[in-house]
Amino acid sequence: MDLTLKIWRQPNASSKGKFVTYKIKDISPGSSFLEMMDELNESLVTKGDEPVAFDHDCREGICGTCSMFINGRPHGPDTGVTTCQLHMRKFKDGDTIVIEPWRARAFPVLKDLIVDRTAFDKIVQAGGYVSVNTGGVPDGNAIPIPKVDAELAMDAAACISCGACVAACKNASAMLFVGAFVSKFALLPQGRIEAHERVQKMVAEMDRQGFGNCTNTGACEAECPKLITLENIARLNREFLAAKLGARKGENVRGGGGI
Amino acid sequence: MALKYSSITKKVIMSLAGLFLIAFLFVHMTVNLLVLINDNGETFNKAAHFMVSNPIIQFMQIFLFGGFIIHIIMGIVLQIQNWKARPKRYKVAPYSEMSPFSKFMIHTGMLIFLVLIYHLYNFFFQAKTGNIEHVVYNGTEYEDMAKLVLVKFRQLPHTIIYIIWLLLLGFHLDHAFHSGLQSLGFNHNKYTPTVFIISRIIAIVLTVGFITIPVVIYFYRQLPV
Repeated sequence: MDLTLKIWRQPNASSKGKFVTYKIKDISPGSSFLEMMDELNESLVTKGDEPVAFDHDCREGICGTCSMFINGRPHGPDTGVTTCQLHMRKFKDGDTIVIEPWRARAFPVLKDLIVDRTAFDKIVQAGGYVSVNTGGVPDGNAIPIPKVDAELAMDAAACISCGACVAACKNASAMLFVGAFVSKFALLPQGRIEAHERVQKMVAEMDRQGFGNCTNTGACEAECPKLITLENIARLNREFLAAKLGARKGENVRGGGGI
Repeated sequence: MALKYSSITKKVIMSLAGLFLIAFLFVHMTVNLLVLINDNGETFNKAAHFMVSNPIIQFMQIFLFGGFIIHIIMGIVLQIQNWKARPKRYKVAPYSEMSPFSKFMIHTGMLIFLVLIYHLYNFFFQAKTGNIEHVVYNGTEYEDMAKLVLVKFRQLPHTIIYIIWLLLLGFHLDHAFHSGLQSLGFNHNKYTPTVFIISRIIAIVLTVGFITIPVVIYFYRQLPV
């Protein structure tokens, strides 16, 4: 396959950046998108040029680092996969492929296609955990959990924090990500203990980080590599309302987001 | 104040105001359709008189205008925040498999609001300021709203503006009911597919119901002499 690549090049966070066009030849349709990028970079290094910087780690669709916005879609033209799982057979010989970094105020570009996703870490630090006190190992079957709830919690926990939801959303909203994090704990008895505090803290931090608001368009659900559903955003809304409306006097967690 | 609310609270306010406005549109459409009864507007005029004179409905009007103002202001605040959340746009516009109308809520919303001012000027304020002819049924005097409607919709430009406006309203309503319920947290894999169908039916019924009025008047009604 011979391809034309238009790639966003930006030397560092403070520089302006621009699209640069590259021609690449003899790409195997069986290779992955990142292997194609590797071949491009090898040719650039051979020529003495700066290789294209992009995030990647596990290359098996589980780490969530390979953030690329390919031809208008996060992780490219395939459903339920990350960029590393995308194969070149999804493109045609002679195609032009436009590759951009995630675009969101909360995800500043560090270099070329690499963005800083610290904003997600901040949201998780705000409440995306359960407090476990030390002591003996509890019996695995001591707390019974309905099968349906366990499955739904696992579906939500499939989120790999890649940021495709933010990248796809016309508002750069992080609600699918926060919805998945709130859901995976809210559905389980261990997570219920801190549920109200968690949802308020995570939403307040999400707002503080400068993500947009959800308008229920559903682009996040369509583009999520782990197929997280909008049901999780509805659960986030429910949990938030229950926490705010049901809180006893003086118990409301106040954050940067107000009420 | 609107700026201080958290993202989800804003969504909930937006949704409640929007659902209230849908309910209002059904009442408005039902009363309007009475103008198509071929009795020289008597039924419609009596209904319109009830709507402007009944104290409970007059009281509810405060909430109606409040609902509009909250929905519009909150919508603008949310949209500005959403634009700010992506300062640099993509070269290739994001592709999405969802409804196209959901992406243009602010655009259809703004256009609907602009024509709404024109609409209020045409009918609401004409009636409120007494700038209207009167008609007598059984010794009681009523505002002849029916004649005002007939006169307006016998004019082609006016009829066309209204049809376009109502189509825009239909596009706006296509992403209304189900979106409002989602914002309130109602999403269930058993019921949500039905909610989407109901949502589309609401949009179609309201749009077709309202558009019927100018179309029927333009083609099938004569001005009373």
